[in-house]
Order: sequence, then structure tokens, then C-alpha cells
Amino acid sequence: MNRRWLLAAPLGIAAAAGAGFYAMLARMNEGRFDPRGVPSALLDKPAPVTSLPALDGHQGWTDADLRKGGAPLLVNFFASWCVPCVIEHPQLMTLSRQGVRILGVAYRDKPADSARFLAQRGNPFAGVVSDAEGRASLEWGLYGVPETYLLDGAARVRWRMAGPVTEEILADQLQPLLRRIA
Amino acid sequence: MSADPAEQLPDPAQEERAQSIGRELRCLVCEGQSIEDSNSLFAADMRRAVRERIAAGDSDSQIMTWVTARYGDMVRLRPPFSAGTALLWASPVLFAAAGLGAALLLRRRRATVAPLTATERARIEALRKG
Repeated sequence: MNRRWLLAAPLGIAAAAGAGFYAMLARMNEGRFDPRGVPSALLDKPAPVTSLPALDGHQGWTDADLRKGGAPLLVNFFASWCVPCVIEHPQLMTLSRQGVRILGVAYRDKPADSARFLAQRGNPFAGVVSDAEGRASLEWGLYGVPETYLLDGAARVRWRMAGPVTEEILADQLQPLLRRIA
Repeated sequence: MSADPAEQLPDPAQEERAQSIGRELRCLVCEGQSIEDSNSLFAADMRRAVRERIAAGDSDSQIMTWVTARYGDMVRLRPPFSAGTALLWASPVLFAAAGLGAALLLRRRRATVAPLTATERARIEALRKG
């Protein structure tokens, strides 16, 4: 057996592991990789039946709106107390200006606070409902806010982002997916 | 630890069941805590859901199925044995086997060091005589 090769092997493995670790940290920094992320159990399954009251003073949405078919749509869970939601908000506004239908769910938030959040920062939602007790959100497999679900024309969940949709995630993941399934 | 007595079920036997189910469920926003041990909103939502299903008469396994249908196997603190987790469960055995294999291989190699050739022996003799 070649002794030099034996000596180089551990060094090679360490170097490869270091490079992999560096790449992972870089991706975490850019928000492209979340080591705590849990994959959605709903992927490729139909969106759960959702029937929630409209957020006070706003246009709501019904379960039928989820299943109308046609263009893909986004379901976004947010709360006024949620700091990452503020980071995400400009991206939702961009999508809304592009004509993407976004249905909002205010998760465990006082309706007046959710309404103030939307009045101050703009309302990207075609409809927004209130899940004040968080029961309906559990049906979606939600474990925090913000979370965003992409539904295709058949109301199947095609993509889920747990955490803010950053500019990078919008450009790298969501926009290409929207183009592909549109 | 199920934080708030107000959220407990009135029947102690049912509450005991709820807590033992809760200890099997991972708080997905925490680090290695069960939903019984966490104060996060997600854990509170899940504790309430488990108790509501118990009160509605669901069995423990029905509740587990309900939860994993929404959150996947990741929500279970003890992952079940399945095709997807086989490697995880088998890894201790695999690592032990790999280590044992490597040790045996090295041992055999050491035992089969080639004997010195005639020229090598002659060189040693020459060196020894100086």
C-alpha cells in the first residue's frame, strides 16, 4: 500500500470537510440554507381546508379561493409582532406588483395590530384572514412566522418557506418556480 | 412542566396521557426540547391540539398520526424505523463494523511484512560490521 496516499487521505478528508463547512456557512449567511428548517409534510399534497374570518376591515378569502385553479398562488402567514416578517415584506410587495396572488393569514395577532402593520407597510394581499388562536395554522404544519406556501393550479403545495422570503430566496427559488408552474 | 395549569385537562388520567404524548413531540422552533418543555407559541398550539384531540376521544396513535401527517417524522423526538431512517438507526452498527474492519485489515497487513531479501540482509551485515 502506498504510504504517501495513506498520509494524504486524512488531510484530504479534512480539507474537503472544511470546504463543505465553509460553503454551508456562506449559504447560511446569505439565507439560502437553514439547518433548522423542517421540510413540509404537505409537499405535493392538497392544501388543507381553511376557513377563517376576514381580518377586520379587509377583504378576506375562503377555502374556495384556494381551489379556484389557474395561476399559482401564495399563502403567507405573518404577524405584526414578527420581526422577520418586516424583512420579508418588501419581497411580498414586489410579488404583488408582479400580479402574483397572495392570500394572507395573520397568525396569533390582534386584528388591530395586523391592520396597522398592513397600513404602515402596504398590503400585498388579495385577501387576508385572521387566525387569532393559531388552530388553522397547525393544519398547514406551520411552526412559526413568517411562512409562505406556493400552491399550483390544482391547489397542491409545491413549495414552502419557513422563515422570511429574502431577496435571494425570491430570486433563486420562488421566481424560477413561479415561472415554471405558471 | 406543562407550563400553565389553566391549559391542563380536568381529568388527571387524560392530562397524564397528553403529557406523555407531548414528551414525544419535538418543539420545532427549539433546540431538542419537547412541546411539554417549551414556552414557544408553536409548543403551546401543539399542546392545546393534543389535549383537544384527547378530549374528543382520539387514541394515542391516532393523535401521533394526526401530528405526523402535518409535521412529518421530524416532529417525533424518537424517529420511527422506516426506509428513510434505516441508515440513521443502523449507523452505530455500521461505524463499529467499519472500525473493526479497519483494525483487522491493519493487523493482517502488519503480520505479512515481507521478509528481507538477500541483498538487504547483506547490506545490514555490512552496516553492522561498520
